[in-house]
Amino acid sequence: MENLDINITIIDRDGVKHNVAAPTDMAMNLMEVVRSYELAPEGTIGVCGGMAMCASCQCYVLSDTELPEMQDDEEAMLSEAFDVKENSRLGCQIQLTPEMEGLQVELAPES
Amino acid sequence: MITTDILIIGAGPTGLFTVFEAGLLKLKCHLIDALPQAGGQCTELYPKKPIYDIPAYPEILAGDLTDKLLEQCKQFEPGFTLGERAETIEKQEDGSFIVTTNKGTEHKAPVVAIAGGLGSFEPRKPLLDNITDFEDKGVEYMIKEPEMYRNKNVVIAGGGDSALDWSIFLSDIAKSVTLIHRRNEFRGHLDSVEKVQELKNLGKINLITPAEITAINGNEKVESVEVTKKDESPILVKTDHFIPLFGLSPKLGPIANWGLEIEKNAIKVNNALDYQTNIPGIYAIGDVNTYPGKLKLILCGFHEATLMCQSAYQIINPGKRFVLKYTTVAGVNGFDGTRKEAPKAVVKAIN
Repeated sequence: MENLDINITIIDRDGVKHNVAAPTDMAMNLMEVVRSYELAPEGTIGVCGGMAMCASCQCYVLSDTELPEMQDDEEAMLSEAFDVKENSRLGCQIQLTPEMEGLQVELAPES
Repeated sequence: MITTDILIIGAGPTGLFTVFEAGLLKLKCHLIDALPQAGGQCTELYPKKPIYDIPAYPEILAGDLTDKLLEQCKQFEPGFTLGERAETIEKQEDGSFIVTTNKGTEHKAPVVAIAGGLGSFEPRKPLLDNITDFEDKGVEYMIKEPEMYRNKNVVIAGGGDSALDWSIFLSDIAKSVTLIHRRNEFRGHLDSVEKVQELKNLGKINLITPAEITAINGNEKVESVEVTKKDESPILVKTDHFIPLFGLSPKLGPIANWGLEIEKNAIKVNNALDYQTNIPGIYAIGDVNTYPGKLKLILCGFHEATLMCQSAYQIINPGKRFVLKYTTVAGVNGFDGTRKEAPKAVVKAIN
């Protein structure tokens, strides 16, 4: 089977950098990739299951990778979340595509 | 003291289905939930969203699933303690447990089934160093007694329905209402957003956006909050109350201190047998448990609840024989005197 993985870098909440291969053909989002590699303890990320309703998957985007535009529910959730910065996004709202090769993100603190 | 056979902690889908399965075994259930209504996440977080992986339902709204589960278990007359969080558990000499809520309600049962999902929903607290010092001294995360705000100065923070609704409501009662939100846009029912706009124009709500609360000041109680608008220097707003309304987030909470083995923010259970925890008589089912290969799915919770009830039967009725019956064959005898059964085949000779 053709390899449709992309290489992305995730800095966990302890500041440790992980270079991981993320599938782009399994409809996975960034939050799910973090969970699949167990880069944040279960129960502290993706708590709402990916509905942009909890902000537990907030991350800071470090690379200038082009990402899908923020939708209303993500923007609304981030406006009520904590530790929000200019480059904050919700991992669950970022579906991984082959164009995102080289994406670099840092997980926001647990809240 | 409330007594029952199986005390279920958590009234989400798994907890509600436990009532049905227990009822088939003539075991009575009582449920405790921190939320004021049954349904757990399904009602609290996404009642209007569809679920597609409930067997035999190609699509069902989470709120409708809750209604159907309540209907299915109704004949087994479950008891409910809602709006209270299970706080402590004590094992009695006779092997039973007493679970007490944060409001002091006591429940006694030989079997406890924790179906607590992701935990109890707690208000999300803004990250302000001294906020805990002011809790119940001017800082409230939810409004329980609107009357206490009469003729007081109130600052509300948040951008969702509860922030909007309470700002509208309190604008009639309080001396002043200041609403602070990080953005200019609010996420709420259009009616509420328009009403707040109207009250702002009338000078009944003081709206400060986009802004954040950056400090709380006061001696014994809240006296003022510091409000910072983006790229501006902070201003001081005098107030008697600060009410941050940033929604609820689930926390495992007091259950984490019950002596149960916890792994990955979940309770370890024996999935080879009956979903019992390391404490005999206490089970954990649904999203709250963990075991190798665990999947947090409603349908897995239903399965776990069913096996757990068979095991609980043996604790409650030691040595008493029983075999699984099919509802189609045996029917369902409710505790309320109702009986459901399959229609009998008609026997008639053909001449």
